[in-house]
Amino acid sequence: MSSNSFAYSEQSGGGEATELGQEATSTISPSGAFGLFSSDLKKNEDLKQMLESNKDSAKLDAMKRIVGMIAKGKNASELFPAVVKNVASKNIEIKKLVYVYLVRYAEEQQDLALLSISTFQRALKDPNQLIRASALRVLSSIRVPIIVPIMMLAIKEASADLSPYVRKNAAHAIQKLYSLDPEQKEMLIEVIEKLLKDKSTLVAGSVVMAFEEVCPDRIDLIHKNYRKLCNLLVDVEEWGQVVIIHMLTRYARTQFVSPWKEEDGLEDDEKNFYDSDDDQKEKTDKRKKSYTMDPDHRLLIRNTKPLLQSRNAAVVMAVAQLYWHISPKSEVGIISKSLVRLLRSNREVQYIVLQNIATMSIQRKGMFEPYLKSFYVRSTDPTMIKTLKLEILTNLANEANISTLLREFQTYVKSQDKEFAAATIQTIGRCATNISEVTDTCLNGLVCLLSNRDEIVVAESVVVIKKLLQMQPAQHGEIIKHMAKLLDSITVPVARASILWLIGENCERVPKIAPDVLRKMAKGFTSEDDLVKLQILNLGAKLYLTNSKQTKLLTQYILNLGKYDQNYDIRDRTRFIRQLIVPNEKSGALSKYAKKIFLAQKPAPLLESPFKDRDHFQLGTLSHTLNTKATGYLELSNWPEVAPDPSVRNVEVIELAKEWTPAGKAKKENPAKKFYSESEEEEDSSDSSSDSDSESGSASGEQEEEGDSSDDSSEDSSSEHKSDSESASEVGNKRTAKRNSKSKRKRDSEDGENENEKSKTSDSSNADSSSIEESSSDSESESESESESESRKVTKEKEKKTKQNINPLTKDVSLLDLDDFNPVSTPVALPTPALSPSLIADLEGLNLSTTSSVITKEVRLKTSEEKSRKIFKDYNPHIMVSTPVFVPVKTHVLLHRMSGKGLAAHYFFPRQPCIFGDKMVSVQITLNNTTDRKIENIHIGGKRLPVGMQMHVFNTIESLEPEGSITVSMGIDFCDSTQTASFQLCTKDDCFNVNIQPPVGELLLPVAMSEKDFKKEQACLSALHLPAQQTQEC
Amino acid sequence: MYTKLFKLFSLQKMIHSLFLINCSGDIFLEKHWKSVVSQSVCDYFFEAQEKAADVENVPPVISTPHHYLISIYRDKLFFVSVIQTEVPPLFVIEFLHRVADTFQDYFGECSEAAIKDNVVIVYELLEEMLDNGFPLATESNILKELIKPPTILRSVVNSITGSSNVGDTLPTGQLSNIPWRRAGVKYTNNEAYFDVVEEIDAIIDKSGSTVFAEIQGVIDACIKLSGMPDLSLSFMNPRLLDDVSFHPCIRFKRWESERVLSFIPPDGNFRLISYRVSSQNLVAIPVYVKHCISFKENSSCGRFDITIGPKQNMGKTIEGITVTVHMPKVVLNMNLTPTQGSYTFDPVTKVLTWDVGKITPQKLPSLKGLVNLQSGAPKPEENPSLNIQFKIQQLAISGLKVNRLDMYGEKYKPFKGVKYVTKAGKFQVRT
Repeated sequence: MSSNSFAYSEQSGGGEATELGQEATSTISPSGAFGLFSSDLKKNEDLKQMLESNKDSAKLDAMKRIVGMIAKGKNASELFPAVVKNVASKNIEIKKLVYVYLVRYAEEQQDLALLSISTFQRALKDPNQLIRASALRVLSSIRVPIIVPIMMLAIKEASADLSPYVRKNAAHAIQKLYSLDPEQKEMLIEVIEKLLKDKSTLVAGSVVMAFEEVCPDRIDLIHKNYRKLCNLLVDVEEWGQVVIIHMLTRYARTQFVSPWKEEDGLEDDEKNFYDSDDDQKEKTDKRKKSYTMDPDHRLLIRNTKPLLQSRNAAVVMAVAQLYWHISPKSEVGIISKSLVRLLRSNREVQYIVLQNIATMSIQRKGMFEPYLKSFYVRSTDPTMIKTLKLEILTNLANEANISTLLREFQTYVKSQDKEFAAATIQTIGRCATNISEVTDTCLNGLVCLLSNRDEIVVAESVVVIKKLLQMQPAQHGEIIKHMAKLLDSITVPVARASILWLIGENCERVPKIAPDVLRKMAKGFTSEDDLVKLQILNLGAKLYLTNSKQTKLLTQYILNLGKYDQNYDIRDRTRFIRQLIVPNEKSGALSKYAKKIFLAQKPAPLLESPFKDRDHFQLGTLSHTLNTKATGYLELSNWPEVAPDPSVRNVEVIELAKEWTPAGKAKKENPAKKFYSESEEEEDSSDSSSDSDSESGSASGEQEEEGDSSDDSSEDSSSEHKSDSESASEVGNKRTAKRNSKSKRKRDSEDGENENEKSKTSDSSNADSSSIEESSSDSESESESESESESRKVTKEKEKKTKQNINPLTKDVSLLDLDDFNPVSTPVALPTPALSPSLIADLEGLNLSTTSSVITKEVRLKTSEEKSRKIFKDYNPHIMVSTPVFVPVKTHVLLHRMSGKGLAAHYFFPRQPCIFGDKMVSVQITLNNTTDRKIENIHIGGKRLPVGMQMHVFNTIESLEPEGSITVSMGIDFCDSTQTASFQLCTKDDCFNVNIQPPVGELLLPVAMSEKDFKKEQACLSALHLPAQQTQEC
Repeated sequence: MYTKLFKLFSLQKMIHSLFLINCSGDIFLEKHWKSVVSQSVCDYFFEAQEKAADVENVPPVISTPHHYLISIYRDKLFFVSVIQTEVPPLFVIEFLHRVADTFQDYFGECSEAAIKDNVVIVYELLEEMLDNGFPLATESNILKELIKPPTILRSVVNSITGSSNVGDTLPTGQLSNIPWRRAGVKYTNNEAYFDVVEEIDAIIDKSGSTVFAEIQGVIDACIKLSGMPDLSLSFMNPRLLDDVSFHPCIRFKRWESERVLSFIPPDGNFRLISYRVSSQNLVAIPVYVKHCISFKENSSCGRFDITIGPKQNMGKTIEGITVTVHMPKVVLNMNLTPTQGSYTFDPVTKVLTWDVGKITPQKLPSLKGLVNLQSGAPKPEENPSLNIQFKIQQLAISGLKVNRLDMYGEKYKPFKGVKYVTKAGKFQVRT
């Protein structure tokens, strides 16, 4: 063959080749028409002959050669007719290769491609599922618009196929058809809807992919399948997992309310709640704000957790971003370990993961601080990895670790990789500005670097020093002088410009040097870089204004040079400066202010992380990596204010089958006494039914669990927190769930407010379902050693809210605005068989609508009387601490914002048993930041407590955003006295002395008991000569 | 207008095309899963490659006006995939690595020659692995049922009988709950081997103290068992494992509750778990290095002297030691004498490699000599860091021990074995 003709055919682009090919086939005598190709065609002729031979082996050889051509990007389109004949070949390998060919060229040879269609249509009916599937695959891959109806039909049929493998292929075909003809959207959505209901793990990933492609906005299609998808997730193949997790993240952001709001919204809610004593209506309006996590939300978070252990980096990242975007802030921490693990992987994975960690570490330092050393740079890392690691190290730097980090940075600065060394210098600059303690150390270090031999290092140091000096200009005359000397040697324009700017800015501090520098610069003006020229002009202008005697002529000389410069920017600037500073008759009012204009106090630049603005992209996405919106990026929506109706996720069919009344609005609005239990039963049944309908592996396992736990809780006497000793984090879901249901039950029974003996099963599953929403945080609250303040706080708040929700019920059921009430997520007190029979009897009487025969009393006992209370308990096990019926809204000022330099603190007594110790009184402190900057490191400093008094302080709050507020709990043992507890409330910079003095009443603990018991105890009390007690009837 | 808008957004997702590019910048294979994307899109990649200077520094994600290029670098080859819309980049990267793994698995190596020789199998594989840009079958057990790996025997047989190396049945695994295992596995010798391989990642500073050290481990399994065996592997000290990632076959719940690895294994070689040993545990560093590297001011030579010795080696021999040093650019040549092993210095890449071999405590291996510098150039700012490789047989440095392996579901008695190895991972000594 002639080489040039071959080359030509190689070069010919797709379109041209198509034309040629088509014409060639239509005229049938190609050799006459295209003499030029003769030798090439001869070769193809030989392939053609092979394809037409009777022997399969010859055909196979020919096909293999053709595939080889395709792989190399050579054009093999003129063989189309010969190849397409073999589409019906019996030999499966030939067939497959023909498919490969067809998919590649069908678009270009549409008419001929139609010849093959009938073969596929036949194959679609083949008894072998593999053949059916591959026929569908090829059929849908042939991008020929004419066959759209055939494809549509095939997809519809395949979506009902018995083989999940074929259905999976149908899901793939949906996307292909959609991209070929978007007009089919509606029909395709129907197929998607059908396939979404599919219970096979094989199909799930593919159909969600199709959903994302075709109709990502039809979130309504997901509702009914949500729980199924969550439960199937572990068993779906890994690629499907990624797609499903990303889709569910978006789903969760539209369907659930934010789990993050609690900090901000809390105080408000409380106030409103307490006000509700006066204004019921307002209360009901506001209460919906109080947050309890939707069990479905919890389900998603719980079911994705095991996937953090996946070997597939994409899955781990997907789960990480899910946690980041939808889980409560206190639970995000668990992803850091897995992400750090990914750093062992190959460089590409590292690159993406590090980028995401960089974004996360800006917002939440604490997450990655324990892994600080994992981000240390090795000399063998590629530069892009090095700079990313450096970025993360900078974000993680704080007072505690800065000295270690600076030592580490010293090694980096000396690195042979100069680009990296320069980045390190920038980093040191950022650390210096962020952490005021080390500013001077850093500055000194950077000044030392000025004598470095490498120019890039020096230049970078100059730029960074300039920024640092700008922040605290006063005392650094020496450094400026030193830098002025550097002008002789350094050539990097940015550095020169920086030095000039600095001298100009500080020209009054270095009055001797500045004019000299200007003189030198004027000499070499024409040969400078544009950037430097502009700064020379600036320097000239500033000196002219401050020291015109010495520099007037020089400046005018420079201005003249600038006037005729080649760069228009410089000419413009020259003209502008001349008008402004050189007085002439035309000069306007402005020139009077020239000095003010030029030598105004300039704000120091903020050295910010380049990842600062990336957080608005969903983590783990292409857009995040590129930091621009990629085509087809779907914005993660903000949390809805009010959660859409959660009942849409119930799967109705099975509900009816189990004879539960469907969750109707009308029913809910009717404040029947059994409202809670009924609606919860519904939820539960649907919950468990959705579980049961997905009968694969994990789902059934979970069911077992549920069964387990409900069994357990109904058997167990449940009043022992024996699980307390277990470390909360290590125990698996199962445990947690079980324990929760137990502890919950206990609390519920203690609260003993509502009862429904109707069905025990619903009861126990109820406890279970309510435990879902609290599972992790709840378990944490039980182990005192848990040190994460946030989680504790959250728990605390939840507990409180729980109680708030219950409270009004006790008082007046009709107050409830049931629409606002999310029945499942509200923990409700239910009697349990675990209670002693007598109490059950009591409680049975406690039907809220009937006139109660038992009076629930709220007795406040003095906490101090620990002993006597113990005696009580010994006497009568039925006395249990109850929720206070009335909690005053009154808050006391702990620290006024004026005296606290913008930090305001209020405290109040929530009147709850203190979780830190039973002798302690719980105190809630709400901190407000009224300044416009972050307040960092809020903690309790020195305590001056009277003898015997003890205090359990809250954990240090790392930072409080401007306008932010945060509520923390602490426990103080006042030793039964009203003595003042004095301590210091410290921030990063200041310490404020504050006092808490408890009113007597707050030292008491609310206890519920029957009237009979009360009488009995009263008798005992009087025997003990106790001071007067308050009783209160409700 | 409506349709047009949709056309705009209905660009297909996921992987559009794949180009394989060798080191000299030739595109030697292309595969399109959707309409053809011109090779010219790779020009953007070449541009980035040029800018990056070093292959390692080519950004994995490149944005071009109409496409996004996501690439990986494996075994001197670039796998460049073309993407048109938003997709998790890790998804693509992970998939590309899986493709490379599969090539490795099928052809023994993932090289240009191997791929060119087996271009048809490569094409068939790619066709099965990705449908419309979405991964279809990536599990090696399934792929091997669909497309038989090439062996000399089979290719001879095929050429005589005309039979093919393409399977005509649906892989059984695809449909079952255990997609990673093929059905009907039969062996005459039933064996299960586990390799516990631990790597020490460490940064040692100038003075010999440890800046950072951690142990990363993997358990690789080679399972040749007939039927559907259900294995459970337990450890003496499972608490050591801090962060574990599992092969999909492992039952997570069982691990959570009992710390036992319970699984139905894939057939053949696979990575069972990889783990990190909790960072609280102090890491024993098995070797120490005494070094003295200095460059004289205003002179064209320098001194180079390193000695390696054993330290905390638990009584085992340290073998397979290699020291790699990236010398500064100004180094022209090195003139060294090793007391043991041999060394090479590549004056182009400035890489010094010293193959030490085994350490015998009686006579510590050392490498001494002179360094020739480019005359006139300033002396290097920093001394190069030493990258050390070593291997200790029969030892898991973390102390992890397999307790027992039980098999359920099958009657025969398998032969079982566990091997421990400790290696240096990213082990770097700063000088």
